[in-house]
Amino acid sequence: MCATCGCSTEKSYSIKKVDGQPHHHDHDDEQHRHMHEHGIPHEHASAHEESHSHDEHSPRRTIPLQQSVFAKNDLIAERNRGFFKAKDIRAINLLSSPGAGKTTLLEKTLQDLRSKVGIGVIVGDPQTDLDAMRLGQKDAPVIQVITGDACHLDAEMVWNSFDQIDWNGKRLLFIENVGNLVCPAAYDLGEQARVVLLSITEGEDKPLKYPTIFKTADVVLLTKMDLKTAAVADVEKIIKNVHAVAPQAQVISVSVRSNDGLQEWYDWLFKLLNG
Amino acid sequence: MGAQKKPRLEHNILSFRFVHEIGIAQDILAQVLNGAEKQNARSIHRIKLRIGDLSGVAEDALRFALEVGVRDTIAQDAIICMEQIKALCYCSTCEETFEPEDIIFLCPHCGTLSSKILRGRELEVSELEIT
Repeated sequence: MCATCGCSTEKSYSIKKVDGQPHHHDHDDEQHRHMHEHGIPHEHASAHEESHSHDEHSPRRTIPLQQSVFAKNDLIAERNRGFFKAKDIRAINLLSSPGAGKTTLLEKTLQDLRSKVGIGVIVGDPQTDLDAMRLGQKDAPVIQVITGDACHLDAEMVWNSFDQIDWNGKRLLFIENVGNLVCPAAYDLGEQARVVLLSITEGEDKPLKYPTIFKTADVVLLTKMDLKTAAVADVEKIIKNVHAVAPQAQVISVSVRSNDGLQEWYDWLFKLLNG
Repeated sequence: MGAQKKPRLEHNILSFRFVHEIGIAQDILAQVLNGAEKQNARSIHRIKLRIGDLSGVAEDALRFALEVGVRDTIAQDAIICMEQIKALCYCSTCEETFEPEDIIFLCPHCGTLSSKILRGRELEVSELEIT
């Protein structure tokens, strides 16, 4: 269950390598047990450790819980972070609303950088492996997570994708999240950086309407700059609004169609790789 | 027909508004019932939550979802207490903390925009009162 919007993550999701068969995942399968064996703390519903009867008139007592609602996800996210650090991989969580151009940006980035750096991709969508099929044509290992009813990727889905990727020579992992500006903001995947895409056709007020996700961004990529005139977009106002809610974010304007701004994006990626 | 359609539409709008908090409520209840069960609780009388202003949760909607969720559980009569945690930011120019007034974290002393959030993202089950 998504703690943000209420969509279901109880049902099985599936993880698929683009050239392979869907790998169905549910809470009984081997990978889930594997994680338990490795000691991720988890709660069991029926842990009656001290079974004793109660006095009818037992006094009320206060017990502290102090548990974050996101505690389980955050623990697995830290495990992912450790995995990335051990393998010297930079993981980037790509977030945006549907249709802002995440897959198009990745196609172009893979095409331009694949000879310079080893890249892997995990892509999440509620249904279909269409994005993975597109990205798979660019000679990078692409893992599609079909999230089913879930509106976001969580740390466990990412963890369960790891053994599908040959990490040999990989330095960069793009995690293309489900298109959604609300729920994915709350789920740490263990990434080193968050990149939020905002297409200039979406309207100048988007950062003000969805401040939470922008406040977590390291970089905001303004995409589809080639449509600036057609969309009558006030780019200055968009940038002003991004800066107002997310002063920490570096803003890079790009167009995959015209190549404008891509070098600045690649420069940022290499800075992250060398940092 | 027209008279029947209107309430359905309203219902859908309500569902959409509350769906955001229903998921949170279910996760909270799982933690609450699990925590109480570990203590062999027979009944939960009070559930205390800490909710940050920046957690993205609407308190009324969360309360509504929790009240539905506790039905037929040992928490069905529990009083739900929500402690609101105000956002707190740090201004690196003034080297002081401040409570922002809205989503734009403007330092009231010098007008610098802050992205350093010290407090306000909390979404926690803080304590339970049980027998």
